Amino acid sequence: MATMAMRRTAVSPLRRQESRAGLIFILPWLVSLLVFTTYPVLATFYLSFTEYNILQPPSWIGLENYQTIFTEDPAFWKAVRNSAVYALVSVPLKLVIAFGLAMLLNMGVRGIGVYRTVFYLPTLVPPIAATIIFLLLFSPAGGPINSILGWLGIRGPDWFNDPNWAMPALIVLGVWPLGVETLAFLAGLKEIPQDLLDAAAVDGAQGWQRLRHVILPLISPVILFNLVIGVIYSFQVFTQALVIGGFNGEPLESTLMFLVLIYRNAFRYFSMGYAAALSVILFLAVLALTLLIFRSSRAWVHYEGGQR
Amino acid sequence: MTLAVERRLEPAARLAPAVGTGPARRAWIGPLARHALLIAVAALLLLPFYWMLNSALKSNTDIFAYPIQWWPDPVRWDNFASTIGSRYFPFLRLLGNSVFFAGGVTIGTVLSCAAVGYGFARLRFPGRDILFTITIATLMIPPIVLFIPTYVLFSKLGLIGGYTPLILPAFFGNAFFIFMMRQFFLGIPWDLSDAARIDGAGEFRIFWEIMLPLVRPALMVVAVFTLLYTWHDFFGPLIYLQDAAQYPLSLGLYAFKSQRTADWANIMMGSFLTTLPLIVVFLFTQRYFLRGITTTGLKG
Repeated sequence: MATMAMRRTAVSPLRRQESRAGLIFILPWLVSLLVFTTYPVLATFYLSFTEYNILQPPSWIGLENYQTIFTEDPAFWKAVRNSAVYALVSVPLKLVIAFGLAMLLNMGVRGIGVYRTVFYLPTLVPPIAATIIFLLLFSPAGGPINSILGWLGIRGPDWFNDPNWAMPALIVLGVWPLGVETLAFLAGLKEIPQDLLDAAAVDGAQGWQRLRHVILPLISPVILFNLVIGVIYSFQVFTQALVIGGFNGEPLESTLMFLVLIYRNAFRYFSMGYAAALSVILFLAVLALTLLIFRSSRAWVHYEGGQR
Repeated sequence: MTLAVERRLEPAARLAPAVGTGPARRAWIGPLARHALLIAVAALLLLPFYWMLNSALKSNTDIFAYPIQWWPDPVRWDNFASTIGSRYFPFLRLLGNSVFFAGGVTIGTVLSCAAVGYGFARLRFPGRDILFTITIATLMIPPIVLFIPTYVLFSKLGLIGGYTPLILPAFFGNAFFIFMMRQFFLGIPWDLSDAARIDGAGEFRIFWEIMLPLVRPALMVVAVFTLLYTWHDFFGPLIYLQDAAQYPLSLGLYAFKSQRTADWANIMMGSFLTTLPLIVVFLFTQRYFLRGITTTGLKG
């Protein structure tokens, strides 16, 4: 419609009035786009080439921050590794479990509302509280996880105090709240027309085949969404990692996530330039990943009514 | 990305909760087995909740007792009073701060996103479509990329150590909720606003008196999600607040845990008290959470 408005040579006073009203309505957001989005993105890029502690004005040092990050900061590589492992494991895990829960909810049993509520509840718990709960849940002394493992004859590790097991426990903590993903999948499943499933059944598609060739293609747009958002947010893990591992990612930097690294440089050491350079790297990495996912999605995301 | 979203739109007229009411799907296992499966999964998901309450009602020694105590014995009901009365966890003040913080952000977000979403959905102006595309694209920016310069900006303005940097930006909109409001406004029949325009109503009157009442459920969706995410927010308060008297619950709980490292029973009670208001709100507004997710197929 906007193009129509522009194509017209003589702009009616009514249309001009509408344009003015439209701009007034979106004015707050224009301000926000400039002040809280465009300026910070540009400033982050600029600051990444400077040394800056807020008190003195930034001084230009070229690529020095990046050079230090890539060649002299072992914590950077540790954080990259931890965040990559976290994303690689937790994002697919979350997708699979949320999809499984949605399939369960879609089986058509009575009292589904109660189960739906229960499945959503973990999403309500503030991350700080969830982390505290999991510290006791995984406690080797008096914690239920290791007790249950004990029944199975497994001697559970000292999860959050063991450099090898802190990350798996952190991932489980991240997977616990998946109400939003589950309900999004459920909404997608509900939209699959029953006659399509019936037709597939007539053609002999059962179980796995039905899932693989009918259900998954039809909900692939939801998968794409959960995947993109999941990837972006898996690199935003902060609260959980900070409460468990502090600023050093204890034990032995095994929970040092990328955001904790940025935080400690920016707000503990006040090396704003260095932290900005780290943010730029994160930004570009997430951007590359998102674009990669969108590119690949052409091959596996199915839009009903064809690709536009 | 927009395509996938727009495919999932529902007109505002079809706002009734769509989840969980559909016809029964083809059964692949018996109803009893299905319930057993669902109950097992529910129990697993509820275990952390149970453990929060269980530990909150124990003594600090019983929490780490061997063998494990599945049920608090004795039940320490007085942990409620000792946590609320603790000077390390001034619950009422923290709660008040959280209500102020979440309330401010929610009001700002609902007002701004309703207006901006309306502008994008119902009014024609040059550059609208490109601006909307940019708006969606900003969702891909990790928030941390914006944090450092924004912090520097507020620090230059002398606003560190208060709620202004945490609440003020909400009054200028939020890309995700603008998108959501736009979708809701698009679902309203055009005849309504056209008729009002012919009757000579101004754009602002149409918005305020005709459109807003029609999207009240959508405003609730934005409100409940904003409330939830603001209540959860930890990073923002950690950066911008300095005085413990201003802490919201999330940061207060963190401070409590940092100062009283061994007092697990009361820390767990604090976790419970931090979560409880959200559960109460959720139980009353559940349908809006469901609606928000079904309408956009996206998380807030």
